[in-house]
Amino acid sequence: MSDFNIQIPTVAELTAKGEKPDVLFWVGCAGSFDDRYKKVTKAFVKILDKVGVKFAVLGEEETCTGDPARRAGNEFLFQMQAMANIQVLNGYEITKIVTACPHCFNTLKNEYPALGGDYEVVHHSTYLQELIDQGKVTAKEGDFKGKKITFHDSCYLGRANNIYEAPRKVLEILDAELVEMKRCKTNGLCCGAGGAQMFKEPENGKKDINIERTEEALDTGAEIIASGCPFCMTMMSDGVKNKEKEGQVVVKDLAELIAEAEDLI
Amino acid sequence: MSLLSQLFFLILLGVSAFFIGRRILQIRKNILLGKEEDRTDQPQRRLKTMLLVAFGQKKMFKRPIAAFLHLLIYVGFLLINLEVLEIVLDGLFGTHRLFAPLLGSFYPVLINFFEFLVVGVIFSCVVFLIRRHVLKISRFTKIEMKGWPTMDATLILVIELVLMVAILAMNGADQVLQTKAVAGYPVTGAFFFSSIFIPLFEPLSANTLIIIERVAWWGHIAGIFAFAYYITYSKHLHIFLAFPNTYFSNLKEKGEIKNMDNVTNEVKSMLGLPADPPPAEIPRFGAKDINDLSWKHLMDAYACTECGRCTDSCPANTTGKVLSPRTIMMKTRDRAEEVGESIRKGGAGLEDGKSLYGDYINKEELLACTTCNACVEACPITIDPLSIIIEMRRYMAMEESSTPQSWNAMFQNVETSFAPWKFPPTDRFNWAQDVKAKISDQ
Ligand code: SF4
Ligand code: SF4
Repeated sequence: MSDFNIQIPTVAELTAKGEKPDVLFWVGCAGSFDDRYKKVTKAFVKILDKVGVKFAVLGEEETCTGDPARRAGNEFLFQMQAMANIQVLNGYEITKIVTACPHCFNTLKNEYPALGGDYEVVHHSTYLQELIDQGKVTAKEGDFKGKKITFHDSCYLGRANNIYEAPRKVLEILDAELVEMKRCKTNGLCCGAGGAQMFKEPENGKKDINIERTEEALDTGAEIIASGCPFCMTMMSDGVKNKEKEGQVVVKDLAELIAEAEDLI
Repeated sequence: MSLLSQLFFLILLGVSAFFIGRRILQIRKNILLGKEEDRTDQPQRRLKTMLLVAFGQKKMFKRPIAAFLHLLIYVGFLLINLEVLEIVLDGLFGTHRLFAPLLGSFYPVLINFFEFLVVGVIFSCVVFLIRRHVLKISRFTKIEMKGWPTMDATLILVIELVLMVAILAMNGADQVLQTKAVAGYPVTGAFFFSSIFIPLFEPLSANTLIIIERVAWWGHIAGIFAFAYYITYSKHLHIFLAFPNTYFSNLKEKGEIKNMDNVTNEVKSMLGLPADPPPAEIPRFGAKDINDLSWKHLMDAYACTECGRCTDSCPANTTGKVLSPRTIMMKTRDRAEEVGESIRKGGAGLEDGKSLYGDYINKEELLACTTCNACVEACPITIDPLSIIIEMRRYMAMEESSTPQSWNAMFQNVETSFAPWKFPPTDRFNWAQDVKAKISDQ
């Protein structure tokens, strides 16, 4: 094992050693399986490792929070998932959870308490902001100098949970130019994937929502579209592809940008 | 003469109060067709929300121009009621400008202040009419606004205009009568805006002026009573319901979808966990008709002003899908009215073979929602269309099992692979191997 620079312990492993993590990193289904979002998971883990926080993941014991099932109306399936997860989390006496997925964040934070799961749940944008405030995360100067970045508010971070400042604070240390889209913060426009839309074709209309949103992002002239959500990442990347702008514009997660600025990637 | 008019006024007041009261009780009954929901916790926070959002119009100011114009009408409406109080008392006691001797030199100051408000209201109504009919602002011309809703909005603005002009005409005639020293018209001093009528009225005889003044007076007060009755059928009910509606609004994070406790009990007993109370017979999962919604959903529907801010910010609607959160609210109210009216007449009520889901709101609308909460954020009186949409999706998924094929596949994946995509659960931790491998390669 000593070959490996990064230790990614599972909670089960820690428990076997009689230890407990300070914070559980909830990876989420997209973070575990989606090829693009796995990169975000890895970037975030590298940051956690670098700052030396005692974290752990559930590994194969993690399962879907049930968010898409609940929003598609299947309350039974949601609750089955939630209760199974709560049994695992409570079994390990987890107290603090960090996740890069606003959907997991919202469900764990707001919806699990009614079913007996009470944890301190933090989205990685807030977590990163705290690390920055504590001086534990800094950015190397110059990498992003003169670059325009626009942040796409995820509905489940913003309107659903009132987190607008943390992601912007995180981007501020990049020494880039932060530009806002026409619709941002409380007025932000959905990427089109929430409410289980990710898992079906959109209804008929004039346009797909992600195209509309990508147009707004491109209108800012930004070279980087920053996001803090796996669904937004997919939708915006598809939008950029659709507009044939992959050459000029990239979609990146907050964690990736910070990892890059810290020379971790 | 005076006694006769006093009697007539009393009858007018009584009849108006009867009809308005009857409508209020009917609306209350209709709202109570909804299921119970407890919205009485945290009274202080609720009061604060109401003061800020309804009384203080906080959320209106996202659109400053509309907010300013609306504020003029709103303040006018609140304060001009003081003058209405004088009018009602005059009507009952057969007096004229009862407050004038009591308030002395302050009286004309007060009336002048009201006249400023009156002009403010007239200005706003005119601009609002122009916005609707000349500029044709998109949220006022959407499909759900065709016909009655637009008529309703126009009527209200026109009625308000007429009422305001009546006040000015009344005060104008009064001033001329005062200068002619006609008995019963005590001298009060000049009024700022209504004096524009003076040149028009000056040449007229005292008798004609008395007729004008009386017609304007009766027209104003009778107009107010008729208006009050009319708004119980109109979107303008929001001028009353905005207050309780904001008081009882959802104080939780918008992202939280309310737990279905009856499902919790079933799931617990399926898992062999202690369930309290034991699973009862559940009438229905989710909402098919208005009685499956809560009273707060129905109050939302009655409070909706059809302003369309929700629909304007809805990503589904703005990209051309059939979903419009405003329509969800309007249809819910239509259905509640229909059922309530039918019950009142001893008809079939909820058993009329129709339902909110299917006959009023269709599947395509419900499926288009991204649960983004933009509608909830946009609503100036904290209405929550999303919560109604979720309840009907629950009906679709759990009672009808009619969710789209691709969602069923997602359900299946969550159930068997514990992820919405079909990946083997044993691969879930593979990403970590990647990180480790990559770093060990360096
Ligand atoms: S929550 Fe649904 S109805 Fe409301 S704005 Fe978003 S997509 Fe439209
Ligand atoms: S729900 Fe609110 S925002 Fe939508 S039309 Fe009604 S009052 Fe306006």
